[in-house]
Amino acid sequence: MLYRETGQFKTTYKADSQIFPILQDRIGMILLLAFAAIIVPIYAREYWINAILIPFLIFSLAALGLNFLTGYAGQLSLGSAAFMAVGAFATYNFQLRIEGIPFILSFILGGLSASVVGILFGLPSLRIKGFYLAVATLAAQFFVVWCLTKFPWFSNNSSSGVISAQTLSIFGFKFDTPVTKYLLVLFFVSGLALLGKNLVRSSTGRAWMAVRDMDVAAEVIGIPLMKTKLMAFAISSFYCGIAGALYAYCYLGTVEPDGFSLELSFKILFMVIIGGVGSILGNFLGAAFILLLPIFLDIVLPLIAQLLHLPIASAVVSHIQLMVFGALIIFFLIVEPHGLARLWQITKEKLRLWPFPH
Amino acid sequence: MQFFLEIVISGILSGLMYSLVALGFVLIFKASGVLNFAQGAMVYTAALVVVGLIDYDVPMWLAIIASFAFMVLIGICTEKFILGKLVNQPPITLFMATIGLSFLLEGFAPILFGNDVRPIDLGIVDEPIQSIMDMTGIGISKLDLFSSGIIILLVILLALLFQYTKVGRALRAVADDHQAALSLGIPLERIWTIVWAIAGFVALVAGLLWGSRNGVQYALSLTALKALPVLILGGFTSVPGAIIGGIIIGVSEKLAEIYIPPVLQDAFGGNFGGIEGWFPYIFALLFLLIRPEGLFGEKHIDRV
Repeated sequence: MLYRETGQFKTTYKADSQIFPILQDRIGMILLLAFAAIIVPIYAREYWINAILIPFLIFSLAALGLNFLTGYAGQLSLGSAAFMAVGAFATYNFQLRIEGIPFILSFILGGLSASVVGILFGLPSLRIKGFYLAVATLAAQFFVVWCLTKFPWFSNNSSSGVISAQTLSIFGFKFDTPVTKYLLVLFFVSGLALLGKNLVRSSTGRAWMAVRDMDVAAEVIGIPLMKTKLMAFAISSFYCGIAGALYAYCYLGTVEPDGFSLELSFKILFMVIIGGVGSILGNFLGAAFILLLPIFLDIVLPLIAQLLHLPIASAVVSHIQLMVFGALIIFFLIVEPHGLARLWQITKEKLRLWPFPH
Repeated sequence: MQFFLEIVISGILSGLMYSLVALGFVLIFKASGVLNFAQGAMVYTAALVVVGLIDYDVPMWLAIIASFAFMVLIGICTEKFILGKLVNQPPITLFMATIGLSFLLEGFAPILFGNDVRPIDLGIVDEPIQSIMDMTGIGISKLDLFSSGIIILLVILLALLFQYTKVGRALRAVADDHQAALSLGIPLERIWTIVWAIAGFVALVAGLLWGSRNGVQYALSLTALKALPVLILGGFTSVPGAIIGGIIIGVSEKLAEIYIPPVLQDAFGGNFGGIEGWFPYIFALLFLLIRPEGLFGEKHIDRV
């Protein structure tokens, strides 16, 4: 880095335990947030906001939720999309059925509903572990989507369970343009990410990591397994639920239960793996990577085809995308199992000494 | 009663098909501790190579042999380039790597052979056997019966292989304890390659049977998902568990599909089909709560 912690002395415990202990980091973070909240809405094109920035933030949030569970508490889950679905549909119903509910409250209630479902499907984690648990979370994935499709009450009797998100408004201000939606998403995501960053260094987060590293040992040193695991499921699902609500309200507008498919769950899982298991920053890097890769391939593959004078059908392009995707996942697992976040950390350490090697 | 029997029988037959896919999982898990999510993609790839080659006017037997060779090649490559590089990583990492492998395969095979739905003709028609139909009134598809026969034959063959051959003994030793097997001079890598080859063969058989039933299509790779509840029901390390688990899942999901929706319909109104989609998972989940290691799995003892 161009800066170091040299000369920044901590004289109180409070100063020592800040999230960003280095002044430059704090300034950088504020600048980044200011850039995202002020410069981007003014200058970014609508396509960028709608098609890239909003889904990027939402998926980062969902990945963050899954990362609590998988990366910090060590419980592999293949059902994050289901919890997103619960969040989206619960928020919809709270908005629909409670007259004049502030939308922030409905989002939080939606997240809490997802938590309840998460705890329900997290209960088996007390008895089963590892792959057995992963299969158990598949039950959540299929069961929740089926319920939302088949019980018309959830979607207010619309055909095939499609819901159209209501327009959000607060004090008469409507969130109906891409920019306002983007700001709303940014507000939620940055707030929850900050909360998450704090959470994982609190006693809860440390208990999660102890359980992840060895649950029996954690139990022996007095960490209540049941509480810790269920807490991980609850908080993880809460984050996924909020992400799901944002996905419905600020990104797609209309969603059906089938939109929250197993594929989406896998996508979120890959964001976590590629970004970095057990890292907050990693979720953002992973989400950006997974979202931008298809766009990048869409542009690059036809170019390569042109250069080589090979006709490539669009079906083939999508298959090549799939292959590149698979190959990259394997590549990352082999070369850097800790993901992009670890690469960033290494870069930072190198830059700290730069231009000297040691 | 007759209707009930018919459902049970069709459940058993389709359950055996699930077992076949689950079998591939069990083989690899037993030997190397990897939950191979790519088994479904292997089923798809194997079947696709066969139909693809037949499209190029290759005779069927040759296509099947070529497909088997291809599966062995995939096994060797996986062992050498993926799992070999991930030694000592936690099982979750290995599992993710196989998810990556499944994407790789699902992308690769259709590029070579196209992805439109094509049937495999094994020469057996999918129609009820007349004599049984006349006698009892229960329709059993010839194809299903043939498939079940093949599956049972395959399981017997595998059991013999495991029990009575040198390779089989080595396989069992490796499954028991990697380090002990290694110290006795059993070449781990070769054993793993053999296991992947066998799993590839099982995938090929599964691909042929599923393909002749539903056509060779992408959905074949989703059979892996249906095999998962079978696995946790039967235990990850048990071959008989995979068979019995498959039958239980097959029967229970068919029964659930027939008997649960009317009850729900009476209670709530509306259409409640598609229970098959989630029932096996919930069923397996509830079962796990009672017996966390599955029917025949090894009891897990925690040591600190």
